[in-house]
Amino acid sequence: MSLKIKINYRLFREIKTQLFKLVTILSAIAVILPLLLILKFVFVQGAGSLNLSFFTELPKPVGEVGGGMKHAIIGTIVIVMIGAMIAVPIGITCGIYLSEFSKSKLSKTLKLTVDLMSGIPSIVIGIFAYLIVVVPMKSFSAFAGGVALSIIMLPIIIKTSEEILKLVPNHLREAGLALGLPRWKVILFIILKGSIANLLTGIILAISRAAGETAPLLFTAFGNMYMSYDIKSPMATLPVQIYTYAISPFKDWQRQAWAGAFILMVLILAMNLFARFILTKIKDKKGF
Amino acid sequence: MSKSELSEKIILEAKNLEAWFGDFQAVKGIDVSYHERTINAIIGPSGCGKSTYLRCLNRIHEEIEGTHVRGQVLLEGQNIYDKKIDVVDVRKRIGMVFQKPNPFPSMSILDNVVIGLRLQGINKRSTLLEVAETCLKKAALWEEVKDKLSSLGTSLSGGQQQRLCIARALAINPPVLLMDEPTSALDPIATAKIEELMNEIKRDYTVIIVTHNMQQAARISDYTSFFVYGKMIEHGLSSDIFTNPKEKQTEDYISGRFG
Amino acid sequence: MFKLNSKTQDSLLFYILRFISLLVIFLLLFIIFILFKSAWPSISQNGIGFIFKTEWNPVEQHFGALAFIFGTLITSFLALLIATPVSIFVALFISEYLPKSASRILSLLVEMVAAIPSIVFGLFGIFYLAPMVRDSFSPFLKTYLGFLPFFQGPSFGIGILTASLILAIMIIPTVTSICRSVFELIPKHQKEAAYALGSTKFEMIKLAVLSPSISGISSAVVLGLGRALGETMAVTMLIGNSPNITKSIFAPAATMASVMANEYTDANNPQHVASLCYLALLLFLITFLSNLFAKSIVKNFSKMG
Repeated sequence: MSLKIKINYRLFREIKTQLFKLVTILSAIAVILPLLLILKFVFVQGAGSLNLSFFTELPKPVGEVGGGMKHAIIGTIVIVMIGAMIAVPIGITCGIYLSEFSKSKLSKTLKLTVDLMSGIPSIVIGIFAYLIVVVPMKSFSAFAGGVALSIIMLPIIIKTSEEILKLVPNHLREAGLALGLPRWKVILFIILKGSIANLLTGIILAISRAAGETAPLLFTAFGNMYMSYDIKSPMATLPVQIYTYAISPFKDWQRQAWAGAFILMVLILAMNLFARFILTKIKDKKGF
Repeated sequence: MSKSELSEKIILEAKNLEAWFGDFQAVKGIDVSYHERTINAIIGPSGCGKSTYLRCLNRIHEEIEGTHVRGQVLLEGQNIYDKKIDVVDVRKRIGMVFQKPNPFPSMSILDNVVIGLRLQGINKRSTLLEVAETCLKKAALWEEVKDKLSSLGTSLSGGQQQRLCIARALAINPPVLLMDEPTSALDPIATAKIEELMNEIKRDYTVIIVTHNMQQAARISDYTSFFVYGKMIEHGLSSDIFTNPKEKQTEDYISGRFG
Repeated sequence: MFKLNSKTQDSLLFYILRFISLLVIFLLLFIIFILFKSAWPSISQNGIGFIFKTEWNPVEQHFGALAFIFGTLITSFLALLIATPVSIFVALFISEYLPKSASRILSLLVEMVAAIPSIVFGLFGIFYLAPMVRDSFSPFLKTYLGFLPFFQGPSFGIGILTASLILAIMIIPTVTSICRSVFELIPKHQKEAAYALGSTKFEMIKLAVLSPSISGISSAVVLGLGRALGETMAVTMLIGNSPNITKSIFAPAATMASVMANEYTDANNPQHVASLCYLALLLFLITFLSNLFAKSIVKNFSKMG
């Protein structure tokens, strides 16, 4: 009698184990499914809507079919470049500080700052950039958009630079110092020079993140419907253009929103995967 | 202990046991039988596959990705690698103590001891308390922890943690207890305590212990096996192995000329 | 012409590095200061009561944040309700069930979800998820749970439920990857201890993996919360943007982030702008605190070993 109860209890435990396994498998499917659906819709709708004029033409007036997003593609490149020009030097400098002077009190504060900064909602960053750039300049501008994106890129660049520079083995630092080089030369010519290619992947990761941001650009770069290279005036970007088109009632604009999303996804996923691939390789090799 | 006092009844038997990590064969064709209520030591140079062999005896080895096992292990005549056998049941009957003390960090001392029983659906508090006391006494830990059974298992010292792990293994009352270098992470005093308690628990259990410490093997074991490169070179009464080994390799090893 | 000796050169570099680092720290403080300053007209007029007032009417100059706080909290809460168990299960599936090569691929796929821009989620939400919610999820919920007030009323596809679903999809990668790294910290010998006592795989996971990871999992969840609270575009496109506090999860609502995205460019009345900045400040503080909280859990966790 008691033996039988025992066997049943064992069966009960086995059922629980199998059920649990099933639930984890179903969850994995539930996570992958949206990814596949999004990829499918973006590729089917987007690739189908794509044509040469999308890259070479500007938007047509409302109601007319056709036109493209040339201005937004170029605008995204310009604004992301502005952001990178601000964020990269500052970010790498902070990365150096964190990796070379990691024990100082300031380092710990900076680390906390970076963590908190990466958690700031992007819309709040947009409002901040509006307040410090758009208000004094009295105009929406590509520059303001670049400032907003730089604040988004900054924590990513600092974190990846720190990680990458920390992978430089200590004996290389010591070897440099043993040669009688001052520390700044060791940092500049041994540590930084040897890591430049790796640091670039961190920058690509940050760019891939910033290029997809919409919220911080809504009231900084704002957007327009014509070609502009003037960084002191509003400039269109892919994400904002997609947003404008997506919530519009016009079928042809919605079609173009998908095409824009397709281009944006391809760019971002390609950059992201590339950077990830290189970063894992670096980490597997432990630096050099 | 002389040979005549040892039990003749065989409890565990390995038959042509082999184990792999991927393509690397770590254990090669082991044939051996263990008698009831004896302490059996396994010695050999490090990397000789003795731990892997031990881990095959309760089918823990197969939990590592990319490993597999061939051959038979008979527990009271029954092959534990038989397809019909429940691996959970095997591990219930062949307990294990590891190299590093590993009490569950989020559990109290008491919970650590009785968790094996809980898993089997035994939840009656009086039973659990009773078993915990018995096992902690067997593991010579009761006096030290009886007033703080509800504090965390990890709050104990290393030697106490290892005795807690022994109590935890004893609580499910396995006829066979495997010990994988149980004292290698401990200081000499803690080691002595554990050796002492092994002599006590031998009255009820069969112990198979892997040790890198030859003196320990000579001190506590009834039988000793000597392993090199996954092969068992020699197995016999410890008194014979350490005074009068048959194989040249064994002699070289125990006299310190090799390994 | 003066020449610096190497010691001076070094300290010069040190001070430059320190200066730039300080600059970044001050940037964070500056963000808080600027938001506070711009919100001041609204703070001084509405005070703390801003948080508890429901009405938001820019034309009549009534500004209360409660409806937006409600929208932000309810969507984030529902998103976490979905994302937390799913993320834990997926993380376990990756770290405990899949062989190494397959687990690498799956975690890469999960992290790819995190790389998708939120505008694309919004686009997907408007054209596919919203109709799906309207035509299948909502009728299903109404049929089986319709007796509860949360599942009553019409569903137009756009609303709290759709926004929460997209948020859940967006935060699952964050929570999953942190949970995974927490689970991978569990030493092998703990798992073996559980197996050696005759645990089934599920019991091993419960004993040796989940129960020591509770604090790590909570910090993952709080970090996911931080992401959900501040998410703007996808939610703005899917929530319907009407500042109501409703019982039904099918109804449209608005979040703090969505009202900023919608109204900031059009706001020309100084009180309206200041109130939006007040909202931005509040949102900033909420996410700030939740991230700080998550950090402190991680700290205690790593201290424990």
